[in-house]
Parts: sequence; C-alpha cells; structure tokens
Amino acid sequence: MSAVPEVRVWPAEGITRVPYWVYQDESVYRREQERIYRGATWNFLGLEAELPEPGDYKTTFVGEMPVVVTRDLSGILRCFENRCAHRGALLCLKTRGKAKEIACVYHNWTYDLAGNLTGVAFRRGVKGQGGMPDDARPESEAPRKLRVESFSGLMFATASDATPAFEQYVGAEVAARIRRVMKEPVRLLGGYTQVLPSNWKLYFENVKDTYHASLLHLFFSTFRLNRLEQKGGVIVGGDGGSHVSFTMMRTDAGGDEYERAGMRSVAGGYRLEAPQMLDSVDEHGDGMTLQILTVFPGFVLQQIMNSLAVRQVLPKGVHGTELVWTAFGYAGDDERMTERRLKQANLIGPAGYISLEDGAATGFVQRGVAGASARASVVEMGGRSVGSNESRVTETSVRGLWQQYRKHMAL
Amino acid sequence: MDIELQLTVENLLARYVHALDDDRLEDWPGFFVEQGRYRITTAENHERKLPLPIIYADSRAMLRDRVSALRHANIYEAQRYRHAVSSTLVERIDAQTVSAISNFQVVRIMHTGESLVFASGRYLDRVRLNGKEPQFEEKVVVLDSRSVDTLLAIPL
Repeated sequence: MSAVPEVRVWPAEGITRVPYWVYQDESVYRREQERIYRGATWNFLGLEAELPEPGDYKTTFVGEMPVVVTRDLSGILRCFENRCAHRGALLCLKTRGKAKEIACVYHNWTYDLAGNLTGVAFRRGVKGQGGMPDDARPESEAPRKLRVESFSGLMFATASDATPAFEQYVGAEVAARIRRVMKEPVRLLGGYTQVLPSNWKLYFENVKDTYHASLLHLFFSTFRLNRLEQKGGVIVGGDGGSHVSFTMMRTDAGGDEYERAGMRSVAGGYRLEAPQMLDSVDEHGDGMTLQILTVFPGFVLQQIMNSLAVRQVLPKGVHGTELVWTAFGYAGDDERMTERRLKQANLIGPAGYISLEDGAATGFVQRGVAGASARASVVEMGGRSVGSNESRVTETSVRGLWQQYRKHMAL
Repeated sequence: MDIELQLTVENLLARYVHALDDDRLEDWPGFFVEQGRYRITTAENHERKLPLPIIYADSRAMLRDRVSALRHANIYEAQRYRHAVSSTLVERIDAQTVSAISNFQVVRIMHTGESLVFASGRYLDRVRLNGKEPQFEEKVVVLDSRSVDTLLAIPL
C-alpha cells in the first residue's frame, strides 16, 4: 500500500487532454470550492423575477456554500452566506419566502436583509445576570457578503473583489447573446431539479460539447426533423469558460410547412404523429432556432425553439451534481405562446426528448473512468486551440472550459 | 360509497400500472381517450400554480410519439419500474365522469440490480366511464419531490 499522496500533474499536451483524476479527487474538489466558487468567478443565483418585491428571498448555493439571496427593503439585490455569526447554523431554512428581517432559529440572533447582524438575544443578560462581555464583537464571524450583479435579469454573485464586471467576464459577444434571449421582462413557468450521477465538470463539458449533440441525441434525426443540420456556429468568450453555440434554420412560413417536408422525407422511417409540438415562432426575428450559452463555472441559458430556460449547475460532492432548471416565457406572452412553450418543454429536463440522455451520459464517463485516474480524455476535435468556429463539429468550447479552469486552479 | 364505481377506477389504475411495469408501453396511450391529457409536474410547481410540465401530452398521438421516441430514438440504460398505487378516493362528477385521487410510489430497478425509490406522489385523474372501458380524460402526475434522479424515460 502506498501511503504517499499522489502528486497530480496536468498532461504535457495541455488543454487537449483532461486527466481523469480531475473528476475523482477529493483534494481537487476542495480546491475548486476555494479557488473557483469562492474565487474570482460569477456564480448564477437565479432570475430576478423570482424576487419581484422588496422582502422576497430565496436560498441557494455558491458551490457548496449555502447563500441567501434577497431583495432588501429598498429594492437592492443582496447575497450573503446562509450561516449565523454565532454558531454557524443556517439562517434561512426555506427555499423561498418573504421577510422584513431574518432570525436564526437556534438562538434568535437577527439580521437585516443585507446580511448585517442587527440583534443578539440577551446580549446584556437578564436582570444583570449573564450576557456578553462589553468588549465582545459578535459580528466578527458574520456571514460573508457577496457582490451581486444582475445582468439582463439574471442574478450572479461573486465572493472575490478581483472578479471583473460581468460583461467583461463573459466578453461582449456572449453578453450580446444573453441580451438576445433576456430581451423583455420574463414570466416564470416553473422548475425542477435533475440529480446527475457525475462530477459537475462532466455536465458542464457536456453542455459545451457541440460535437455530441447530433450523435447522442437521436430524436431529431430519427424523426427526420433535420432542422439541426442547418447553419450554425460556436462563440467562445471571456477567458474561454463562456460560450454560445447556435443553429440557424431556413426561413419558413412559420406554419407546419417544415413538418410536412420532414414527414415526406421519411419513407420507411419513423415519424411523429403530432409534430405540432415543434411548431415555432421566430420571436427573436433572426432565424435562430437554438442557442445554448454557458458562463463559467455553472450557468446555462437555453433557447430551444420557443423553450427558454436557465440551468444552475451545483456541485454535490466529487461524484454528484444537481442541475436546477427554471423555465420561463415573457410577461407579454399570450395563451397560445405559453401553450407552445409548455409543449416544447417536452424537449428539455429529465424527460426531455433532446436532453434526457445527458443525465446518463455524464454518469457513463464517471463510471467508465473509475480505474483510470492516471489516464486522460482526448479533446482534439476541431483542432487544439480555443476560438470561435463556424462548425459545430468541434470541441473548441470544451477546451475553453479547461483553459479557464486551469487558470483558476493553477493546475 | 359506490363500491362498483370504486372498483372500476381501481381496476383501471391497476391495469394501467401493470402495463407500464410489464414494459407494454404500446398499450399506454389506449388508457386515454383520443384527446386525453397527460402531464407530469412537481408538487412545488402545482402549489405555486406554475404550469411547467416534465412531460406533457394533449392527445393519444402525442403519447404514441413519446413511446415511439423511447423505443427508437432516446438512449437510456435498461430499467424497469414497480408501481404501488393506493388510497384511491373517487368522486362522481356526472353520469359519465369521475375524478379520482390516488397515492403512488415507483421503485426503479436498474439492470445492474440497483433499486431506488424513484418517485412518489399523487395521481389526479379524471376518468370517462365509457361503460365497460373506462379511460383517462386527464391524468396529472404530481411528484412529491422537485428532484428527479438522472432521467425520466418510462412514463409514471
């Protein structure tokens, strides 16, 4: 038995190789918490629309750190650690709610909605007995406050003063593609969580991996819905960790012309009996049927036809990830548009026609590499560099992820 | 209590879950009327009146498409379900229609042998009696949890 801890060195090939220990080592995971999630990154918290009024709050996570996100009584968005200054108990136990102040249930220490300690129960004791010394500083271990930036109605937080402004962090091109989808006030349609049996990076790679889309997800090709064969491209932004992949469709009349064409071409094959599910409206006026966008380390913005959603990627230990989906439409949607979005919700989530495989595929890698921590995956599709590309048969945005990851991790 | 009505609904539910658990997915759309609605959601969305479904169909054709995709397009590891349905409360709406609320639990058995309580929740059903062949006009599957492990392929 070797008692000497292994020293992990990244393969000499650089970003075209991903060593499997990166998905397996507890020490790597701990380092990620410190250097990535509590480092100079923007972490997605949710949609501003989830906190419409002063006093609204939600609880979520920045990496493993529990946080409270509030719209304080003056309307400013705040984010602070969900940890009492006293003994470290969770301050907020509910997923969401409305409050004027927050009180820790354990010993009733109270906080305002910006996370400032405002009261210590029995601080002066009772009838001259007990209480804290006069020079005590109960706020010395106060919950950490995070800087919040809301970009186009998307809330992000960072624990580091060194993080550049969000737009600079993702780059101008990616920022423009966020604005494209978040073009008007949104209406929440709902959410759910998908529990993935893999390290968080395997999912984040998967969603950046434009190469796998038509190979793993056979829904469109099986039913000869060839829209995904159309023109598209990949944009890599920021330090490499942000990306957009997109697909353009041919302009059609907006009716079922395309589906009919699809059905005509299926001689001997399979076809959908109710292709109306895919009837779409070009609501952005640019012919783009699909846009998948990511921001390092854990944000996804999705437009698949008229299905709009954000996904928050949360690490849950070395071998587990939670994917928190929130679907939305626009406040101005009519009933038909909402119905269209709900029908197309069949494409996404844990039962999604073009997404259900992702839940399993990342787990196949986690299981497949169990005995191969010293080996590495090969990421050379589309070359060895990081950059924008007109082809989607490329792993450029996966390499971009590892470029940014290695920089943060100093690996 | 109308015992015959109770047994009619319970028998429909029993036949429904046996079809799913026996991998007779092709029989599944036949448990619905032609314009039958099927929806899976979470208790959280349901209570907040948020309409997002996990699966949504408003016709037998859409249900057949789901089966066709599972058989021919979607990729997932071999797995089976075992449903347990209980505590069915039946209420007559009119001569032809009843509503029913039931509890359900589903154990998912993977080909590796791993068994997991995959889902629990309620069936909110609206049943058309149709003489001897009752069918669902609507079936809303309300999951107790907002979380789904890995993926949801086979219907609930």
